[in-house]
Amino acid sequence: MRAPAVQLHEITRRFGALTANDRVSCEIASGEIHALVGENGAGKSTLMHQLFGLLQPDSGEIRIDGRATRIADPAAAMALGFGMVHQHFMLVDTLTVAENVVLGREGAGAFGFFDRARAEREVAELGARYGLAVDPQARIARLSVGAQQRVEILKALARGARVLILDEPTAVLTPQEADELFVVLRALRAGGTSIVFITHKLTEVKALADRVTVMRAGRVVGSAPAEELSVEHIAEWMVGRVPAPLNERSSAAPGAPQIVCEQLDVRDDRGLPAIRGVSLSVRAGEIVGVAGVEGNGQHELLEAIAGLRPARAGRILIAGHVCTGGARAHRAAGLAHIPSDRLHRGLVPDFTLAENLMLGQQRGPRSGRGLWFGGSSMRAHALELLKAFDVRPVSPALQARRLSGGNQQKLIAARELSCAAQAILAAHPTRGVDLGAIDFLHRRLLAERDAGRAVLLISSELSELLALSDRIVVLYEGRIVHETTPAHTDERTLGLSMTGRSATGAHEALA
Amino acid sequence: MTAERRTQLLVASSPVLAVLAALAAGAAVIAAIGEDPLAIYTLLFRQAFGTGYGLGQTLFRATPLIFGGLSVALAFRAGLFNIGGEGQMLLGGLAAALVGAYAPLPALALLPAALLAAAAAGGAWGAIPGMLKARFGAHEVINTIMLNFIALSLVGWLGHRLFETATVRTREIAAGAVLPRLGAWLPALRSAPVNASLLIALLIAAALAALLFRTRLGYELRAVGLNAPGAEYGGISIGRTQALAMTLAGAVAGLGGVNFVLGYKHYFELGFTGGAGFMGIAVALLGRNSPLGVIIAALFFGALAYGGLVVNQRVPRELIEVLEALVILFAISARPLLERVARRWA
Repeated sequence: MRAPAVQLHEITRRFGALTANDRVSCEIASGEIHALVGENGAGKSTLMHQLFGLLQPDSGEIRIDGRATRIADPAAAMALGFGMVHQHFMLVDTLTVAENVVLGREGAGAFGFFDRARAEREVAELGARYGLAVDPQARIARLSVGAQQRVEILKALARGARVLILDEPTAVLTPQEADELFVVLRALRAGGTSIVFITHKLTEVKALADRVTVMRAGRVVGSAPAEELSVEHIAEWMVGRVPAPLNERSSAAPGAPQIVCEQLDVRDDRGLPAIRGVSLSVRAGEIVGVAGVEGNGQHELLEAIAGLRPARAGRILIAGHVCTGGARAHRAAGLAHIPSDRLHRGLVPDFTLAENLMLGQQRGPRSGRGLWFGGSSMRAHALELLKAFDVRPVSPALQARRLSGGNQQKLIAARELSCAAQAILAAHPTRGVDLGAIDFLHRRLLAERDAGRAVLLISSELSELLALSDRIVVLYEGRIVHETTPAHTDERTLGLSMTGRSATGAHEALA
Repeated sequence: MTAERRTQLLVASSPVLAVLAALAAGAAVIAAIGEDPLAIYTLLFRQAFGTGYGLGQTLFRATPLIFGGLSVALAFRAGLFNIGGEGQMLLGGLAAALVGAYAPLPALALLPAALLAAAAAGGAWGAIPGMLKARFGAHEVINTIMLNFIALSLVGWLGHRLFETATVRTREIAAGAVLPRLGAWLPALRSAPVNASLLIALLIAAALAALLFRTRLGYELRAVGLNAPGAEYGGISIGRTQALAMTLAGAVAGLGGVNFVLGYKHYFELGFTGGAGFMGIAVALLGRNSPLGVIIAALFFGALAYGGLVVNQRVPRELIEVLEALVILFAISARPLLERVARRWA
């Protein structure tokens, strides 16, 4: 069965004063892999949400096989053969793979009972046909992120999807898992399925896509066959200029240890060991990167060092002080912390920007006098920081929830990098921010290092770890399994050790 | 930005719209029983605000509602639901009455001591669920409800020794502990029972507004209420902040007991709160947990309570309760409804 040709014609969609899509036209040919590329807020997701019936365009039309079609809701989109895999998976953790795949159209077996065996059989067949290996009986909660993503794809295929939309599918994957995903996507293409994938990783575009459409500020900047475009060219379309590579960095001149973990044991939310006997030291003037597939203890390590999660055993020293107790003590000892989940931890979304810039320093001299909080000095300070970190809009009285994700991230960075802490924890500091801001934040982190601060960097972007770190440790199942320097490793080697395999053993494992 | 502003205005006006919608629905009910809605509402309004005496009565009824509403609003700002205002107010009133009647203090110190006693008793009663929450994570809704019953039983038990023979009231307080009626300064209010408690209520409202929005403690309290994990990240102790908020909320509710005890009857009487502690929940809801909003909402419910007395010559008294319930229903549903409308516009 051939996938329909999809044409988006002059699509315009506004949110209040913001025009998220401005007369966007784009064609997805039958059976092609189409990369939709652009910075955060360029309008990629908005466009795809209209294709999947989650949003309605204000003007313009969607043509399917040449016929103008209104897609009222996701059910209509699915009926037309669209399937979408969202960045945040829509799976029920406590159900099995098969149950999730058939969820909503379980059908009825004998006496109206759910026919589990049939569902499992169907899912196994479907998986075999497309090379999507998952155990139909496994519970979602026990699957790796990559496997969960495969379930999402199966779910779409089981509903008859011929056009598959993937929203930043590789953001959560290891390089190996991403490669496996690419194999699956190519197989799907060979079977006639069209694939649209949203990304801002340009190497993936080159590796996978037949055609590339680049968006910037709600408009299509260009669209061309992938083979005709260089990575530099796409990057220039995305940002309007080519970001300069990071300056040659000065060599590290590490001083005294500022963040020290000794034989640390930390439990996760379920009470299971998440960090097992980790010893780690970050010295003044160095950046230590932590690589690892999500869920291997990074989160717990970070929370323990930040004072947000008790250590079951071991010690934590911040700037030479043994820290026990809550986040206040750790901050007082000299810790700044860019947390991994900005809406959960890093911000109070209903507070204003100015108020958010005081979180963690609400008892400090900048936030008021004596018992009092606020005042003109706080506002002036907020203005200064918003400008310095290019947080837009520059309005201290705005609620933080009204900022885009990238600007929220910049807001947190502005706060944590301006408090002159000796030790800095930075988790995914550039997650969700656009290329220009990534560059800016990278430079800021390097400047902090050069100013003699100790930085512990956790990131899922290996390129980021390689570009910034002086040393890299790899966390696997709660232990440090590998330590290296960027000069002695590359993304591939790191990616392999993140899966617990050694670089040499891996070839055999893959073969 | 203009659409944003419009949304904010629309959402901010939701309590007013809720009241108007409730009055409209109430009008339908009045018409259904064969009366003229406009006439009834006019009567109600005249009764509540038309004369100095009526106004004084309305303000008298609004006073404990301000305390009750502020108590609920303060706890809510810290992410807690204080259903215990009734018990806190009851014990606050009893403490004020006992100090006013028995404390061997000079006249000048007696009134402050009685006020402090009311706040302390209510505060202690609020501190219990606050600390249980902080220490064990025990849910404050359950605990404050239960503590209402315990407070009532405690008063009944103490009453054996404290109440005057064959009554459910305590001995009259000494003259030094009396909160004067406002009619003493504003003759227009005549003999209405509104008293200096109202001024205390307004003062507390101003103090809470300052506490919430102008102090470091207020910042921490609001941070805990809006995003507890974020507050924890910022080095704020959730448990300590919530325990403190609950204690303060209890103290405010407890202080509400003085309106009747020190300002009106000059003794404690079983059942004096008349549900003002519970009604505080509705007041805080309609007032959207802002001190100024609470004052306005309390005034509204106070007017309904007093204005309703005369209306019941023409329509059943229960109509007032129907109106109160309608206001609460509309207040709950207005905001999400209006937000949806605003989104549609945008």
